[in-house]
Amino acid sequence: MAKYELKLGPATREGFGRALVALGRENDQVVVLDADLSKSTFTHLFAKEFPDRFIECGIAEANMVAIGSGLAASGKIAFVASFSAFVMNKGFEQLRVTAAYPNVPLKVVGTHSGISIGEDGPSQMSIEDLALATALPGFIVMAPADDSSMFEIVKAMAYHPAPCFIRAGRAKASHIYNDGDKFPVGGSKTLVEGHDLTIMAYGLMVAESIRAAEALAEEGISARVIDMYSIKPLDVEAVHKAVAETGAIVVAEEHLVDGGLGVKIAQTVASATPCIMEFVGVQNCYAESGTPESILDKYGLLSRDVINAAKKVLARKK
Amino acid sequence: MTSVETPSFTELEAIAKRVRRDIIEMITAAKSGHPGGSLSAVELLVGLYFDQMKHDPQNPKWADRDRFILGKGHAAPVLYSVMAECGYLPKDQLNTLRQMGSIYQGHPDVRFIPALEASTGSLGEGLSVGLGMAIAAKMNGSPSRVYVMLGDGEIQEGQIWESAMFGSFHKVDNIVAIVDYNKIQLDGWVKDIMDLEPLGDKWRAFGWHTLTIDGHNPSAVRAAYSEAAHTKGKPTAIIAHTIKGKGVSFMENNPKYHGTAPSADECKKALAELA
Repeated sequence: MAKYELKLGPATREGFGRALVALGRENDQVVVLDADLSKSTFTHLFAKEFPDRFIECGIAEANMVAIGSGLAASGKIAFVASFSAFVMNKGFEQLRVTAAYPNVPLKVVGTHSGISIGEDGPSQMSIEDLALATALPGFIVMAPADDSSMFEIVKAMAYHPAPCFIRAGRAKASHIYNDGDKFPVGGSKTLVEGHDLTIMAYGLMVAESIRAAEALAEEGISARVIDMYSIKPLDVEAVHKAVAETGAIVVAEEHLVDGGLGVKIAQTVASATPCIMEFVGVQNCYAESGTPESILDKYGLLSRDVINAAKKVLARKK
Repeated sequence: MTSVETPSFTELEAIAKRVRRDIIEMITAAKSGHPGGSLSAVELLVGLYFDQMKHDPQNPKWADRDRFILGKGHAAPVLYSVMAECGYLPKDQLNTLRQMGSIYQGHPDVRFIPALEASTGSLGEGLSVGLGMAIAAKMNGSPSRVYVMLGDGEIQEGQIWESAMFGSFHKVDNIVAIVDYNKIQLDGWVKDIMDLEPLGDKWRAFGWHTLTIDGHNPSAVRAAYSEAAHTKGKPTAIIAHTIKGKGVSFMENNPKYHGTAPSADECKKALAELA
């Protein structure tokens, strides 16, 4: 099986900031809005180079989202950014009425998603954002796993005619891809081939899933690992293929198991060929302060938890 | 309509009367809708579309057009009627309001009428969208101006004050917020539900050039829009005192007609008053 070093690289939010600067240089219609978190979201890189196209909205996410929609409706390529918890929860109604419903191609980026933000605790953690984003008709929802995939996805989505939500994280992300790799909407990346089961993941859980597959291989279990970076639309072909070729699926996500990728995959398999599944994710609770590592450990989002789920699903398969 | 002669007040008043008749007929046909807040906004909208705004019904997407957003989307009938008077929309379909398949949806919907600037109906969001459009115009070096009509009840929404802060801080002087201050919201009188006073002081405190006018006086409406257009460095708020249900005696100042359609008899009575 292919070996991944999984060395820690920049966080996905850094790939976002880097992509904004690249976009700003190639297209003078790109504008960026932030709500007093530019140093954390990395939009400060764009603000520094293009101050006339950076709009500081203050701590008022609802207003920021709707202003972004007004800019996008006027032909600008408008990105609004904040912590995912704030832009999705405080801006959701505005995303619904000013972007989704009139199909305005607003680009929404939520950083500090999931629980791996660490010490700041649950008020800043976003564990519902994908449930919310995928509930917006017409929205494309992407959750890149590393710096390079974030860089490429942000650059590509800038020119997509649909509104979209892109999910970024605070923590350093394991290096998986290289700049220049392509991540089409509705696609996925099979990173490890396998035939006993398939692990489907996104974000930080992709690296954990690769580690899990490597450990499982040592026990003679062949696990396929797929990066489902395109949450909506979903790569349904990859799901059907996983069902047909491996007969068991584990979904691993840094999000509530309610309303996340697992639910969407279960819906997909249930409407075609049912398949046994296990779900690794945040289980109907809020996390707490701590180091990212200790939080991921306590709330069950490490390779260990993916391995346990894999063994559970294989026991049911027999 | 990009270059028209200034219409006379008599002409504007004649248009206003036709619009009021349309509103009554549309809402009666639909058997539901919001007559009171449509009737209160007639002169303000007629003044915009026939007197103040630079726009072209033959070319609704003209880049340098002035833009209008109806924040209080439930007053859709007045906007539909005025846009139909301008030639954007078919007059003979106005009475399909709120029916399945009609372009005249219950609240303004850009999917059905691309000439609209925004889909509205969820209160408090239109001013923010308008600010985005106004900033885009400035970035493009366009002379385009943006007008957003707000309901008085609508400005109880917190987002309005987020956008008010933003508009003055960023010196968005090509936007005008028009408050249709008809004093009545769904549950009753605004002063009893969540008083807005001192309303002018609030807008001034938020950094807006603030005018208070009689929103049914075409001359005052023209003067206010003109003053707004000549005000640089800050956005303008026009607090327009109006009468809910204006023009139909039994609807005036009656909270019942915020969201109740006239019966066939009431329609006849209203049209007789508007003859």
